[in-house]
Amino acid sequence: MNALQLCLAFSSLLFAVGLAGALARSNAIIVLLGLELMLNAANINFIAFWRFSPSSAPATGVIFVLFSIAVAAAEAAVGMALVIAIYRHQKTIRLPDATDLKG
Amino acid sequence: MSAALAIVALATLGSAAAAMLGRSLLRSIFMLAVSWAGVAAFYMWAGAQFVAFAQVLIYLGAISMVALFAVLLTRQSRDEAPPPPAALRRAILAVVAAAGVAAVLLWAVAHSPLAVSGSLAPATSVRQLGFDLMGRHAAALLVVGVLLTIALLGAVVLAADGAQERPGDEP
Repeated sequence: MNALQLCLAFSSLLFAVGLAGALARSNAIIVLLGLELMLNAANINFIAFWRFSPSSAPATGVIFVLFSIAVAAAEAAVGMALVIAIYRHQKTIRLPDATDLKG
Repeated sequence: MSAALAIVALATLGSAAAAMLGRSLLRSIFMLAVSWAGVAAFYMWAGAQFVAFAQVLIYLGAISMVALFAVLLTRQSRDEAPPPPAALRRAILAVVAAAGVAAVLLWAVAHSPLAVSGSLAPATSVRQLGFDLMGRHAAALLVVGVLLTIALLGAVVLAADGAQERPGDEP
């Protein structure tokens, strides 16, 4: 395995950890933070390909990651606001209990 | 060089796994902060200093604080309760699914012809980054600014207490 493949293996494992957390936990905050871990794994891929690929535009990968981090920050803010709103209505943040809209 | 990568990867993955396994919310968030710091160390290793700076500023500074406030505002006594059997079954299924995804991804990574070109990182100064952001990517930067503004306003509206009456609403 060369260095690029090691970086990609690292990001794959980080993605799997985040996925397991997001699927397994019933606490809404931990589920959101698992999603953030998966986004971080994607960013690691961007940086790895930028670092090791034949150079096209020199800053493309970095700019991609900056925009991705900005979108992740917006997602985290809205997600936490939703958690607080759910807590106000239901007095719980356990996802299995939030079944008001279940058909 | 690979040893440094291995240390960073092990620290990041270990703290992320500890955060996902832990039963205490505050400890989970602290371990996640360690994991995000590890990702920032990876960016430093890869030569993307500005991204590492942004990662520390946004993830360690902002998102962990937001998560901390969400935990404190939704405090409940059932934090440490043992998981019911349904949750245990779901956890086992989740771990199996994640292991499957990881196996597929690792197999694909190991069997792809990924050539490494160049031993040095592409030279990207902050000055060049600023010119790129304000030149070629100016429209995208504006769109992200609008998105952030709208998302944060929406978050405030969602989290604000709608129950209290405003003085002008009285008939």
